[in-house]
Amino acid sequence: MADFTSSLYNMRLMDELACKDTFVHKLHPLIKILTTIAYLFVVVSYDRHEIIGLLPMLFYPVVVFFLAELPIKQVLARLLLIEPFIIAIGILNPFFDSQVIIVGGFAISRGWITFASILLKSLFTITAALILICTTGMDKLAAGLRMLKVPRLFVLQLLLTYRYISVLIEEVSRSIRAYKLRAPQQKGIHPSVWGTLVGQLLLRTIDRAERVYQAMFVRGFTGEYYTGADTWVTLRDVAYFGGWLSFFILARMVNIPLMIGLLISGVIS
Amino acid sequence: MHMADALISPVIGGTMWVATAGVAAYSIKKIQDDLEEKKVPLMGVMGAFVFASQMINFSIPGTGSSGHLGGGLILAAMLGPYAGFLAMASILLIQALFFGDGGLLAYGCNVFNLGFYTCFITYPLIYERFVKKGISAKRIMAGSMIAAIVGLQLGAFSVVLETFFSGKTELPFSTFVLMMQPIHLAIGIVEGLVTAAVLTFVWKARPELIEKQISGKISGNASIKRIIYGLAIAAVVIGGGLSWFASSNPDGLEWSMEKTAGTAELADSGGIYGILADIQSKTAFLPDYSFKNDGSVSEEQVSETSAEVAWPAVDAGTTVSGLLGGAMTLVLAVMIGFFIRYVKRRKKKVTA
Repeated sequence: MADFTSSLYNMRLMDELACKDTFVHKLHPLIKILTTIAYLFVVVSYDRHEIIGLLPMLFYPVVVFFLAELPIKQVLARLLLIEPFIIAIGILNPFFDSQVIIVGGFAISRGWITFASILLKSLFTITAALILICTTGMDKLAAGLRMLKVPRLFVLQLLLTYRYISVLIEEVSRSIRAYKLRAPQQKGIHPSVWGTLVGQLLLRTIDRAERVYQAMFVRGFTGEYYTGADTWVTLRDVAYFGGWLSFFILARMVNIPLMIGLLISGVIS
Repeated sequence: MHMADALISPVIGGTMWVATAGVAAYSIKKIQDDLEEKKVPLMGVMGAFVFASQMINFSIPGTGSSGHLGGGLILAAMLGPYAGFLAMASILLIQALFFGDGGLLAYGCNVFNLGFYTCFITYPLIYERFVKKGISAKRIMAGSMIAAIVGLQLGAFSVVLETFFSGKTELPFSTFVLMMQPIHLAIGIVEGLVTAAVLTFVWKARPELIEKQISGKISGNASIKRIIYGLAIAAVVIGGGLSWFASSNPDGLEWSMEKTAGTAELADSGGIYGILADIQSKTAFLPDYSFKNDGSVSEEQVSETSAEVAWPAVDAGTTVSGLLGGAMTLVLAVMIGFFIRYVKRRKKKVTA
């Protein structure tokens, strides 16, 4: 339950990173969304036995990381929390696919290849999502979603959820801390208070929501969500997207590392 | 935990995205029609609440372990199925973006697994059946327990199906099922108990909040609901499952071609046809409805032979080149990164 503080810190960190002023941050959010989707689509389309051909996809996160001056350690710390679950699913692969493959002189089960493929893909895809939010920020992302014709109601509700997460996390963590101080030996919360603790929080939440709605209504909220003037997609944005898309397609169709390797071994021999 | 992008294929991800988007669009329409737009702040704040309470550790005495709340059922019970589904969708989107918990391509799968089954299936068909006749602590407990357990079993089974049809892991279907279902049975029991406890408390303290939702919710345009359910489920089944059985026999056109011209496809007569055929073969992302290198998991023979052909392991020369190239790629990627940083630092020094 120390999760509360670390989650808050993490969201705050991503918020602040999104406010930076770099080339990537200045790009149109729609372009960044489309690039991320294209990247994910291509990474996921690789066959489960392909590793070498998958490696060039590393370029996208690396380039964006450095162009956007994102702190590698802090952003990738999220990965460490997610990976155990992916590893848990993937680790069984070597046992289920026992066809033996010879790689570079070593005989290993083909399942290890699949496992490595899953690990790599998870690394790439999770990083892609993280860098999207770190370079765009929730507000601009919502504006981008509106441009993609996502219904206003959903976008509005998403923004409100996001806005109130920090408030609610603090409230819930206060209650939990008060409970823990009164029940120091107890790990987690005891069933006898499941109903009352969470129920009280729920009722307070509903009252707060009512107050929020009244405050918005009094200030003229009628269900509409205004994002301000729409920024145009510039040539630079299109070039960014086009460039990455071409690279992704190229990397998918041609095994670039293999070609590099052949080139090098051809030069050497 | 939510499904990661690494475990699904684009086809499955896309199909589930379509299904989720369809259900979401329908929910939005229902909310707008019923003039429940003022619920939006409530949806937002409740969503944030469920997000926060998912971090609470519900300890189970005697076992030393603990459970966590999913929240779909509580959202459905407090907001109604449509608003509950959308609130769940926002929670999952924020988790996917900020915490990497659940991929963006797998987002459709996750919303469907965690939101659809609880809000649109177990909530109206199980929970509401129990409390329709009148609310009591016992009815809430029974309704929540069964609704939570069934909802989670359905969700877990969905995960197995989606992973299996994506063909990205080697886990056999039966093993995966045997792993997932019992675990989620336990999770479902905890979720049911917590949901029951919370809803009972709310009902005792502020009964109007619970009763408001129950009245006449099973009514409404039932036929449209069924159509959308049917379409969504059909899309998943057809796209994922029946393609297994897609016949490799020639279709009508190819059959008649064989009978008349002796070949299933006309050879191109050069010129523009040749050029276009060339372009098509290079750009076809899914030639013959499968990916370029290996077939899907079901076409085992095809994948076996093409695996033997495509797998460079047999040829030691290409393997070494492959590894060498792979290492070079990694080095290149890192070097590019450092180069960009170096250029930026120099730019800052000049301007500062």
